[in-house]
Amino acid sequence: MRKKKISYSEIIPNKNEWPIVKLSKNRKEFIDEVTSDTYNHLLGNKKASLREDIETTIHREKLRMKANPWRVDPPDEKVYWKSIQSRLLDINGEDKKVAKEQEKHLLEEIIRRYTQEIAGNFKNSAYQFAQRFVTFGFARLLNAARVEGLLSLFSRRLDLDDKIHVIGETEHIRSLAKKGTVVMVPTHFSNLDSILIGWAIQFLGLPPFIYGAGLNLFNIKILAYFMNSLGAYKVDRRKKNPIYLETLKTYSRNAIKKGCHSLFFPGGTRSRSGQLETNLRMGLLGTAIEAQRELYLNAKEGEEVRKVFIVPVVINYHFTLEAPSLIREHLKRTGRERYYVEADEFSTSYKLGTFMFKFFTKGSDISVNVGRGMDILGNYVDDEGSSFDKNGNPINARDYFLRDQKITFDAQREKEYVRVLAKRIIEEYHKYNRVFASHLVAYVAFKMLERKHPKLDLYSVLRLPDEDLILDYEEFRSKFRKLRTRLNKLHSKGQVDMSDHMKKKSYDAIEHGLRNVGLYHDQRPLIRRGDKIIVQDTNTLYYYHNRMNGYGLEKHI
Amino acid sequence: MAMGSKNTSRDVVGVIGAGSFGTAIANILAENDSDVILYVRDPKKAKKIEKERVSAKQKLHDNVEVINELEEVPKRCEVIFPMVPSANFRDLVIKLAPHLKPYHVLIHGTKGFDLHVPEKYKITRNNPLTREHVKTISEVIKEETSVLRVGCLAGPNLARELDQRKPAATVVASHYDEVVSIGQKLLKNDRFMIYGSRDLIGIELCGVLKNIIAVGAGTIAGMDLGENAKSLFISRGLVEMVYIGQALGGNAQAFLGLAGVGDLIATCTSNLSRNFTVGYRLAKGENLSEIIESLDEVAEGVKTINIINELSESYRVRCPITETLYKIIHDKMTIEEAHHYLMNFPFRAEIDFLEPEPED
Repeated sequence: MRKKKISYSEIIPNKNEWPIVKLSKNRKEFIDEVTSDTYNHLLGNKKASLREDIETTIHREKLRMKANPWRVDPPDEKVYWKSIQSRLLDINGEDKKVAKEQEKHLLEEIIRRYTQEIAGNFKNSAYQFAQRFVTFGFARLLNAARVEGLLSLFSRRLDLDDKIHVIGETEHIRSLAKKGTVVMVPTHFSNLDSILIGWAIQFLGLPPFIYGAGLNLFNIKILAYFMNSLGAYKVDRRKKNPIYLETLKTYSRNAIKKGCHSLFFPGGTRSRSGQLETNLRMGLLGTAIEAQRELYLNAKEGEEVRKVFIVPVVINYHFTLEAPSLIREHLKRTGRERYYVEADEFSTSYKLGTFMFKFFTKGSDISVNVGRGMDILGNYVDDEGSSFDKNGNPINARDYFLRDQKITFDAQREKEYVRVLAKRIIEEYHKYNRVFASHLVAYVAFKMLERKHPKLDLYSVLRLPDEDLILDYEEFRSKFRKLRTRLNKLHSKGQVDMSDHMKKKSYDAIEHGLRNVGLYHDQRPLIRRGDKIIVQDTNTLYYYHNRMNGYGLEKHI
Repeated sequence: MAMGSKNTSRDVVGVIGAGSFGTAIANILAENDSDVILYVRDPKKAKKIEKERVSAKQKLHDNVEVINELEEVPKRCEVIFPMVPSANFRDLVIKLAPHLKPYHVLIHGTKGFDLHVPEKYKITRNNPLTREHVKTISEVIKEETSVLRVGCLAGPNLARELDQRKPAATVVASHYDEVVSIGQKLLKNDRFMIYGSRDLIGIELCGVLKNIIAVGAGTIAGMDLGENAKSLFISRGLVEMVYIGQALGGNAQAFLGLAGVGDLIATCTSNLSRNFTVGYRLAKGENLSEIIESLDEVAEGVKTINIINELSESYRVRCPITETLYKIIHDKMTIEEAHHYLMNFPFRAEIDFLEPEPED
């Protein structure tokens, strides 16, 4: 039974008109511009002295190089920072004016270095290759293993879109991408997400988006290739110094201002707990608001201003390859920020390759659910891009920046605006979260364990002995049905999305869930044996269970 | 452009509601060289006020213009001070919403909760009243409109004293520093000090919860139990306010400031306060409906006692004072019984909310 295929035409067929192509053609000018904007911004509102800022930066860079060196780090960086340090020391305070000029010069140099490091290297030819490789290459692979063995490498029976369902407001995002600049904000569970979203964007006929990919991903050669060609710029989470952060934000802000569709993972890193994001990183999100304000500010009287649209996207998997290590890290975590651990399942091209093979050769579906577009304060927009308030009255997003009828900049105000937007994105995540049976079976099983041992805290439940990890199937099924009814209710109110297989008879839906939950882990979290449900791995079970948090289901079990 | 007709540099500021506090605020704004438009809902009352230039027993400043068309307010003003009782607030905001734009700034002075229970929803033990149904006024504004720059006014501001030009101070609270400074600029004069706070919810809760204690303090005064007893009651009341406030999402700090302790002392010791008066007259033997009928303005405390009594059960906060007052106003306990009960209540620690929370 095959559904009718949907395919989307490219919204801008002429590649020379893609904003990202224009940007890469003028790469040098863009770097100059980012450098000078960052420079002006840092000089404009700094609290500490310039010298102190540079000293802090040198100090932190030295610490970072020592504590956490990576393969992608430029070989000259030690020498570079040493020379910056000695040049800073050479500046003496005899002539204050000259000294100040020299410090400013150093600052500009550091910013330029950072900008060049961040700047992506979009090559159209490479993009087209990568695009073809992802679409056709994986499709071939998929056919080969899934349908008819190796001979089917040349068959076209199954395409990638049989496996990855791009659903939701797909026409809407295409329309918005023509009217303005789209900032896509997906949930983040797996390192696979970047490639997946890259593919989805192309599938939808949208021009490539730029996105800030963690520099650690560039350690892996094969990913680095994709990243560079898909318009990624590099974000180095180890660098927390003020000069770097400002450069990064300016890069993103200026690209949005130039009309480049952008992609942020606002959760920052992959969700460790398996739960939908509840805390978003404010820095990059803020650049969307700043870009919009600057566009309004710089517009001439009566000129139409390009709008920035925020589009939440929820990615759903039956399983996350990294789940075991993510949840372990989550459980260990004391809440403190740590250095990003480089060694995980994706640390080499080989491991990634094996994973990809597994992934595309075994049947487990993925959905990419595109949410409705919003303006920079989280008001829904229609296909034309006009904003509406909760009561459906049209509003002008420009009005959010007005004071005494003039557009004003107020840093504290915008900080609050980012929080408003972040809150809205999280609400939308919950609405567009598509419940898979695998999530619900994990949720039911884990909650049953908790209920059986009401006196135990989480960590004790996770360490329950094997004999306590057996659940009665009929009881399990009745709880599953109860929660599904509840979810259906939420679904009818538009508060959550449900996948089609959840509509099956409860017995079949549970089967589907059990078959898929944590499919590729060495130890499956949950299996059925006769009239018993057996929990085999509490940690990963907990991870998948967390996906259903935030809907108040615990009250209904 | 909606406000394009404005051709002077003077601010036009709107005040909605001509109760005693609304009128006092309108006069203070006007005195500061703003043009003020004061919206009065009842057309007859509006005419009367306009004719006599007196509102809520206060003489109106010349810069105050009385109007009766609600949509005029958002059309002509960027900054609006809604000053209406909590029971009417949501309706007002819904009427106002189509005319409100994201450039508007709203600073409200309402000291009560919005109670919003859907018709089909029955409050029972299993479906208790929660924060979902009980909103602060700023939350109502954010729910119903596209206005984000919202603030509130709270502090010891007995309207009569403001009108008599006696010195006072108030707190303008908002998540936006911008709103605080707008409030300061518009309201500050040499006998009216304005403090700022970012703890919007905390400051709103101060203004709402203190009314409970004011009703109670009134009963103590009405029974003529003396100043020791009243002070005892006020300080116990403050502790109770902090606990409820924390359960509803406020911080303890706000309660120790001008909008908390400051306002509490003013309302609990003055017969200029309506809520205090309700308690006082209850103790003198009048019944509640009589008292409410005879007041020209709403005493928010009564409604707040009902709401907090329910919420304290949902959130398991022990609120002996609120519970006792609830029983009094619902005739389940006499004032004497209540007094006896509270004097024997085993209050535990004196104050324990300032100690650092234990680490998880």
